[in-house]
Amino acid sequence: MDFLKLISLAWKALLRNKIRTFLTMLGIIIGVAAVITMVSIGEGSKQSIRSQLSSMGSNMITVRPFSNSTVGGGARLGSTGLQTLKTEDAVSIQSQAVNITYVSPAVSTRGQAINASLNWPTSLQGVSPSYLDIRDWALSSGVSFTDADVTSSAKVCLIGQTVIKNIFTDGQSPIGSTIRFNKIPFKVIGVLEMKGENTFGQDQDDIILAPYTTVQKRIMAINYIQNIYASAVDENSSAAATAEVTTILRANHQLKAGDEDDFSVRTQAELISTMSSTSQLLTVLLTAIAAISLLVGGIGIMNIMYVSVTERTREIGLRMAIGARGIDILLQFLTEAILISVTGGLLGVVLGISAAKLVTLLLQWPTLVSQSSVFLSFAICSITGVFFGFYPAQKASRLDPIDALRYE
Amino acid sequence: MTEINKTKILDITELKRDFRMGVETVKALKGVSFSVEAGEFVTIMGSSGSGKTTLLNILGCLDQPTDGTYLLDGVHVKNPSRNELAHLRNRKIGFVFQSYNLLSRTSALENVELPLLYNADVPTKERREKAMHALEAVRLQDRMDHMPNELSGGQQQRVAIARALVNEPVMILADEATGNLDTRTSYEIMSLFQELNTQKGKTIIFVTHEPDIAAFSSRTVTLKDGRVIKDLKNPKVLSAKESLAALPVDKDDA
Repeated sequence: MDFLKLISLAWKALLRNKIRTFLTMLGIIIGVAAVITMVSIGEGSKQSIRSQLSSMGSNMITVRPFSNSTVGGGARLGSTGLQTLKTEDAVSIQSQAVNITYVSPAVSTRGQAINASLNWPTSLQGVSPSYLDIRDWALSSGVSFTDADVTSSAKVCLIGQTVIKNIFTDGQSPIGSTIRFNKIPFKVIGVLEMKGENTFGQDQDDIILAPYTTVQKRIMAINYIQNIYASAVDENSSAAATAEVTTILRANHQLKAGDEDDFSVRTQAELISTMSSTSQLLTVLLTAIAAISLLVGGIGIMNIMYVSVTERTREIGLRMAIGARGIDILLQFLTEAILISVTGGLLGVVLGISAAKLVTLLLQWPTLVSQSSVFLSFAICSITGVFFGFYPAQKASRLDPIDALRYE
Repeated sequence: MTEINKTKILDITELKRDFRMGVETVKALKGVSFSVEAGEFVTIMGSSGSGKTTLLNILGCLDQPTDGTYLLDGVHVKNPSRNELAHLRNRKIGFVFQSYNLLSRTSALENVELPLLYNADVPTKERREKAMHALEAVRLQDRMDHMPNELSGGQQQRVAIARALVNEPVMILADEATGNLDTRTSYEIMSLFQELNTQKGKTIIFVTHEPDIAAFSSRTVTLKDGRVIKDLKNPKVLSAKESLAALPVDKDDA
């Protein structure tokens, strides 16, 4: 019997029991749709975490002062209170580390930004021009300050969108105007591009950037630096870069072999992998649940095929009497099972993708329908059809025509 | 048709069939021999337990004898595989059952097409045409698209006969084909069988336990306890058509 005839026969047989066929299919539809939706939610959250972290600069390395030693009654010192990092450390990293591209010393303080009659509490970050490269941050207008500005402790600044919104009236261009931060005037020479919230919900645009020397001398009156930001050559070399930075700083700080680091080096890649592994776990869990529902759907097919074979015993007997071979019967029932699962699978794919879109639309959750999940679930459900359809079909093909014809 | 040129469609010698029922062996057929020539209309009679169903199953290639030989249209049916049996059933035999065995929710035409699906020699294009011809032969050309539940018992049996004819088998095996029908419809079906036998030269083997049905055939083989006890040519074959005409007209039918 030819292939097309086989399929059309199977369709007719399935259409004879529309409701039953649909209910059987429903198991597969829900299974496949669940896999696709769940995976897309998992992938979507993974992707969004990844892109958010990347927006902070995925190969960014942060060095902070750190101390495990205690003072007084055993109180440990916070990193901000420590004065172990110096500008020279940043210079050494820049000159010695081969896995590092950009380095920027950083100090930061909070205060009130004032422009004419408007004021706004924000944070002022003192950095070097490389900071923009490290953070992968562009300017929407104006220019950045230069190394010369750093050397001369120039009172120039770049301001973030949130600050602009709060201290500049609509339509007023901030470039060229002078704002005051804690009474010190700064000339606005550039506007930072919108960066949005970071992974932790902090507004990254609520910031003013100025040369770190300016902030050190004119605002904070300190000569140490609080952080060093650096960027690894690429994401993969961040581990090597971390090791290099550690070695350089230990040498600079003259730490002996047994001494603890008085700084900590953290990479964005670590954070990404931690966050991704959390959402990876979520994906695996969701997929497992969905796969179970697919299995249940498959068992549903098997069950219905058994019922169908029993119910159609006389039909099988008749087909055999008029010349159907065992293989013809086997193929007939197998085709029915596969049709149920493949059709169910296709409907499931459609339903799953729509559900994922709906989740994004209604709940604002990021979803990402991955091609692999679509192909995989579709392949699994086709295999399910063959696997769970085979035994009932084989049972049918092995019936004795005499018994089958006499079956009541 | 002359006597000399008749070919043997079916030839069985010393056919035996034993069934094992636990420790006991039941001998359903204890050595049955007879042959059927092309164009014959043979009824096989016998009470229940006589072995006629067992014989029919063997003749229909649904079952195999324990011993003895079976020649079907010149083919020695000996230790065949299941597939070979299926092939023989498809090409050589047309079954007509007591309970019609039509596929429900499947049109008359599609029911008749069914044996052709398992015949690779018939191209897809010819299936429909052949099925239509078979339905014309049983005068159901205007009921082709009807489902079995839209047809009367007699019409359903005619669809089943068309299905038996469609592959042009060497013989038609009918198992109590009128058993579910009233007298009038039975006669109609028998007249159709007679017509197929005399006009189209179809060989028919008809299993029944009703003597008045046997009277329409040209020969009657009677079985009892697994043996042939009578094998007689019918000297005066009744015409089913005439018998039908002679039936008193039921007022309800009019």
